[in-house]
Amino acid sequence: MTDTSTLPPSVEALIDQVQYEETGEFPVERGYIWTSCASVENGNPLFWDDATAAEVTNGPIAPPTMLSVWFRPHHWAPGRTQQALPLQVHFDLKELFELPEAIMSDNTIVFHEPVRPGDVLRTRQILRSVSEPKTTKLGTGRFWVIDVEYVNQRDELVGVESYTGFGYRRGEV
Amino acid sequence: MNLLTLDSVRPGDVLPVLRYDVTATTVVLGALASRDTRPMHHDYDFAVNRNGTRDIFLNTPNQAAWFERYLTDWSGPYGRLGRMKFRMLGSVFPGDTMVLAGTVEHVEDDTTGCGWATVLVRLTVDDDLKTDCTARIALPVGAGDNPWARRGDQWVP
Repeated sequence: MTDTSTLPPSVEALIDQVQYEETGEFPVERGYIWTSCASVENGNPLFWDDATAAEVTNGPIAPPTMLSVWFRPHHWAPGRTQQALPLQVHFDLKELFELPEAIMSDNTIVFHEPVRPGDVLRTRQILRSVSEPKTTKLGTGRFWVIDVEYVNQRDELVGVESYTGFGYRRGEV
Repeated sequence: MNLLTLDSVRPGDVLPVLRYDVTATTVVLGALASRDTRPMHHDYDFAVNRNGTRDIFLNTPNQAAWFERYLTDWSGPYGRLGRMKFRMLGSVFPGDTMVLAGTVEHVEDDTTGCGWATVLVRLTVDDDLKTDCTARIALPVGAGDNPWARRGDQWVP
């Protein structure tokens, strides 16, 4: 996807580089697990019934698709002067290319070790590719692919997400 | 407790359809549950006048949660997601009735003996495809097998 000849050197230098290694701002907790299940009416007894969780998963776990939830920063925190953003590489690219709008088009998630209440996860972001300029029905901009890797406090891989984003400027179709 | 095993699944099997009437609450609760405070998921004016969309719309992590719920409704709690890929072709708005419909594409045992079903799920509104999702979900190969017990090199998602 990447044709590095069309990329500014500052972007080219970021390809395949590990960025934003971070630790989650709070331990995985069941309140959010239940809120998430409630939002989609997920009655899987793994998340609601401790006896089932003990039998099947050796104790409570989080729904696997909640992976990114544990890394979204608080909307506000004491001493924070700028809003912290999830998937910062995505917002960096918007700024670098001066593309005011963006959407996510594709998302691949690979699930490894189960995430459990009390886990404190760490993450890192890796820019994999950036396209040449493209025009879609939304506008003109670029596609990019960002991987986010997640590990737990025992350094076990719990998942990898791969996002395809499209940063664009409206009205240039 | 629903206990689906791999030997009862065949390519071409159709999963029960899920229909759900999406409201503004669905969208906002989904964003809240995934800690997503971006305004296009709760602020009508921003969504319409800044993003150029019809209304606020379901966010990506909440769509993933809907797909997970749909798949494990079918598999039961022993079903363990290994991989999920989805492409969003259009947005889901309040007032839409979203329909999730899945078909088993492929069934296999991997080299570790883990049983897998690959399921294609289509999320449509008024027969218009909004998101397609391909999921690989591990299922017990028989009574006594538990995909969740797999760790390390015995888990190849």
